Amino acid sequence: MALLEIRRLTHFFGGLRAVADFNLRLEGGELLGLIGPNGAGKTTVFNLVCGFYKPTEGDIFFLDKDIAGLRPHAVTAMGIARTFQNIRLWNTLSVFDNLCIAQHFRLGYGLGDVVLRTGRFVTRERHVRRTAEELLEIMGLRHYAQERPGNLPYGMQRRLEIARALATQPKLLLLDEPAAGMNPGEIDQLVETIRWIRESFTLTIWLIEHHMRVVMSVCERVQVLDFGQTIADGPPEAIKQDPRVIQAYLGSEELSHA
Amino acid sequence: MRRHRGLWLYAAFSLAILWVCGHEMLTAYAQLVLMFIGINIILSSSLNLINGYMGEFSCGHAGFMAVGAYVSSILNVWLFTSHKVFGPPVLSPSSAVYLFPLTLLAGACAAALAGLLVAFPSFRTRGDYLAIITLAVNYIVKSSVENIQAIGGARGFMGMRKVIEEMEAVWRIPWIMLWILVFTGLTVWVLHRFVSSSYGKGIVAIRDDEIAAEIMGVDTRRMKLAAFMLSSGMAGLAGGLFAHILGYINPGTFTIMKSTEVMVMVYLGGMGSLSGSVLSAVLFTLILEVLRPLQVIKWVVIPLLLILLMLWRPEGIMGDRELTDVFPRLRRWFSADKGDVHGAP
Amino acid sequence: MSGRGPSRWRDRERQESRVFVDTLLQNILNALQWGSFYALIALGYTLVYGVLLLINFAHGDIFMVGAYIGFFVANFLLGAYAFKIPANLSPPLVFALTILLTMALTALVGVTLERVAYRPLRRRGAPRLYVVITALMCGLLLENGNLALLGASRRSFPTLIPPAVYDLGGVLVTNVKILVIIATVLVFFFLEAVVRKTKLGMAMRAISYDRMAVPLMGIPVDRVIVFTFILGSSMAALGGVLFASAYPVLEPYMGALIGWKAFIAAVIGGIGEIRGAFVGGFLLGFVEIFVAAFFPSTLRDLIAFSILLVFLSFRPTGFFGVARATKI
Ligand SMILES: Nc1ncnc2c1ncn2[C@@H]1O[C@H](COP(=O)(O)OP(=O)(O)OP(=O)(O)O)[C@@H](O)[C@H]1O
Ligand SMILES: [Mg+2]
Repeated sequence: MALLEIRRLTHFFGGLRAVADFNLRLEGGELLGLIGPNGAGKTTVFNLVCGFYKPTEGDIFFLDKDIAGLRPHAVTAMGIARTFQNIRLWNTLSVFDNLCIAQHFRLGYGLGDVVLRTGRFVTRERHVRRTAEELLEIMGLRHYAQERPGNLPYGMQRRLEIARALATQPKLLLLDEPAAGMNPGEIDQLVETIRWIRESFTLTIWLIEHHMRVVMSVCERVQVLDFGQTIADGPPEAIKQDPRVIQAYLGSEELSHA
Repeated sequence: MRRHRGLWLYAAFSLAILWVCGHEMLTAYAQLVLMFIGINIILSSSLNLINGYMGEFSCGHAGFMAVGAYVSSILNVWLFTSHKVFGPPVLSPSSAVYLFPLTLLAGACAAALAGLLVAFPSFRTRGDYLAIITLAVNYIVKSSVENIQAIGGARGFMGMRKVIEEMEAVWRIPWIMLWILVFTGLTVWVLHRFVSSSYGKGIVAIRDDEIAAEIMGVDTRRMKLAAFMLSSGMAGLAGGLFAHILGYINPGTFTIMKSTEVMVMVYLGGMGSLSGSVLSAVLFTLILEVLRPLQVIKWVVIPLLLILLMLWRPEGIMGDRELTDVFPRLRRWFSADKGDVHGAP
Repeated sequence: MSGRGPSRWRDRERQESRVFVDTLLQNILNALQWGSFYALIALGYTLVYGVLLLINFAHGDIFMVGAYIGFFVANFLLGAYAFKIPANLSPPLVFALTILLTMALTALVGVTLERVAYRPLRRRGAPRLYVVITALMCGLLLENGNLALLGASRRSFPTLIPPAVYDLGGVLVTNVKILVIIATVLVFFFLEAVVRKTKLGMAMRAISYDRMAVPLMGIPVDRVIVFTFILGSSMAALGGVLFASAYPVLEPYMGALIGWKAFIAAVIGGIGEIRGAFVGGFLLGFVEIFVAAFFPSTLRDLIAFSILLVFLSFRPTGFFGVARATKI
């Protein structure tokens, strides 16, 4: 059984075809990269998978269940979490609360429990807090627990986004340009983190990235999008040589980051 | 016992007030002001849930208040008194003593249902457009009442005095004061628990970034339903109590002007600060009373004061902090779930 | 029933349909007139919102202030006060002067409000909702300040245009009604020209199109904002004087309800859009007049607001408003 299977996924924004006939079979445990020039439709693919857009056409199966058309929080509940290209943390809540709220869909108690402070509320809330604390610890954010996310250094905010995604206990983690805006030191650290997360959480990771260094060093397989179309799919070394990929990137400097 | 110190403190305070009122040591006027303070606390803290914590802009709170006021008043008058439209009492008038809180809650439930009128549009609409929807709901409620002649239409509805008299005939206690104390405490307590739980903080996440909230697993629709219904239900509760203080209500009481007053209290206290809302409700009610002799000038002075306040301290008295953040020692008295991170075993 | 054959029936039917058409036309004219008032006020909401994203809740009261200023200016020009102007002006001239002077003075009030209350908040980057509350307070201040200064007694606006009633084939129209409608149509074309042809107007559009880029492009934002308030307030003043000419009773709260409704009109049209204000204004005028024609008039507000609720539930951004796509 494939973890994620996407068939003939197509999406239009008005007249603009952002994603065209996208196919993917992702087995559990893989680390897949998605690259392509600006505006190629990479983020749109993620948005479709996580339920933010309803696809114009095509099917998305997660663990053999059709998830196209589910609302985003329901998709998250099934085990898909993501980070955002532009950081979207909850900025008036503390770092700690950010991690608690990401567990909202599996709090397992309701308004009545909150008001009456039932036993269920107390145990569940304690569990949520413990999970959040563990994540603070292993992601090296403990020091910032009571800070507001906006006050964290940029690299730390990116880490927090990953931590928040992990707090949902996903089976599939989507990372949308996690290295964007980072300095080389932070990037090295990020590569470490990604590798480490994948091992210790037994996760499948799907990653959009412009920094070739990141893509080449962590991905086992890379797909290339251009104008919504998949133009290449294979191991990183082969992708690097592919004339169509080079053609697509021609004029844009991004490959030279490698 | 230690965990509920705040609760015990409030209970003692309430008993003291009741005792003082029962022995007629407070003038009727002072009692009235106290009761209005309670009602304003309910109104401002419940509106704070929407305007402060959830970051929406609801300006029709008086509409929900009206629903609660009318429903509970009608129920009480119909059940416990004889009325020219509703006929003789349905239940024995003395049972009002026990059933009064239930009719109040029925009014609150009706108001919570009216809250759906705003909650459903809020799934698709945000910000200014939702503000207008709340405004429209306020007007709709008001003019609906005006058009139902059976309950007095624009002339208003009365007869609630008799219900209170029936209750006082059974036991001579200041009933309204009692229930206002109970429900004010209850409202603040429920809201405090709500906004300090991970569940309730979901609405703060909606304020900060609704898209991220929905994608990171917060069922935003359910949270909006919960927040709007809770908030409007509490407004309904306040309305019911309000109606029984005066013994008379008319649709003209529940206008945008009333909603504006509540909004002012929320902003005065600070958006997203429960203790701010409580403080500002007390302060605002007192200011209104102090300025009463000014008559017409009152409503010149108050806006002027508020404009100056906005210029001087635009985030309100408390900003989004709580009293326990400003005076940490208060935590000993009031359970401090907020920020109490590492305390959990 | 003593029907004497079908011809009699037909006669009556014709007469009834005749009456029906007449009332219909009458109602259409009334709707156009009310729509004009709503549109003129709605403009101010829409212009300010487009530029500042601020719901200027004081605007309904600017309309009221306009009517009062008009009252004093007209009386002054008519020589009702101790200080008189030497010339003896003819009524139409007085009317024209009243409108111009009132527009200028009311614009001054609007700009003062912006300067004193809104700008300092904006400078500090206060959250938008605080500015909205300030606007509400400014509205209250204007209403009650007026009440405190001038007392609760109503004032009647002097008759500047000698009333005339034209009979257009059974439909009676007053000259004021025609004037109101024509003035509103002219204002529409005038404003469209302003935002398309003048530098400041184009800057206004630029700001509402892309808030971030405008200061970078060297557009003097504060000047544009002042200009916006001048336009909005003077249109409300025009509305105020016209309203007072049609319904010559002035009282301090006259701007409150009509202001809220005009705001609703602006929203229905799609707030931030000039044509939206006009379409919304006329739409609301039609809904209200026709509801009042077919239902008890007490239902007017109820039905008007219910329609608004339903409309916004299905089209949350109004007629011309476009939902900004959120890119994530
Ligand atoms: N909400 C939207 N409405 C309309 N068009 C959109 C929307 N979101 C994205 N697009 C368009 O769809 C195309 C694909 O956008 P997408 O964000 O998926 O690109 P991307 O590959 O992630 O690019 P980048 O590297 O810049 O992040 C672009 O042309 C973009 O302008
Ligand atoms: Mg992208």
